[in-house]
Amino acid sequence: MRVRVRFFASLRETVGAAGREVEADGGATVRTIWDLATDGREPPSRLLASINLDYADLDDPVGEGDEVAFFPPVTGGER
Amino acid sequence: MGAPALDVRVVDAPFDPWASMAALAPPSVEDAASAGATAVFVGTMRDFNDGSPVSGMYLEHYPGMTERQLQRIVRESCRRRGVRQALVIHRVGEIRPGETIVLVATRSGHRGEAFAACREILEQLKHEAPFWKKEILPDGGSRWVRSNTAADVVPPAGEDSRA
Repeated sequence: MRVRVRFFASLRETVGAAGREVEADGGATVRTIWDLATDGREPPSRLLASINLDYADLDDPVGEGDEVAFFPPVTGGER
Repeated sequence: MGAPALDVRVVDAPFDPWASMAALAPPSVEDAASAGATAVFVGTMRDFNDGSPVSGMYLEHYPGMTERQLQRIVRESCRRRGVRQALVIHRVGEIRPGETIVLVATRSGHRGEAFAACREILEQLKHEAPFWKKEILPDGGSRWVRSNTAADVVPPAGEDSRA
């Protein structure tokens, strides 16, 4: 199945791409998609991910035509 | 009372938070009289961070997901707090010191729920809405805010891979 992958912020610079398409087998998880999209790069310790614009865990299942995104922690800021 | 009126926007140009507040003006005297409290938070870009001067920042977002998460945060907070009207405007792109980054305004029957929802929306958007800050330094260089980077080192095998 075809999955669209996107990278944001510092992660886009680390990976060296804003996005790509990957071909995955049925039963793929977010972690599988990460491995396919980064040629097996070790995921960073504080990696966040989403499926179709909602937050997802690395072991969540991915479906045909899904958009999977990877990005670092979001703004935060002092109170 | 029907569903709360929620106005959530992501904008890529400077905006005037005070003029924007007009969007929250009550539609009628009856409506104004039944909502006695309006709480407002305006966040402005500073010219320093971690003690060092910064000349600007670039705020990146994930078009589509950012709006979706903001909508969810505002909708859930207003429902929880019984707030009937909310306005949230968030800047993205290149921002200069003194420019407004975010406006959160809530209208409700009483101050308690208006203040509570205003603060809750702000805190949740800081932690859940996908925005990433890159500081622009006085020498023209730039750097991602450290808390917005995924990792400096590859973790040892077996360590939890999610923050």
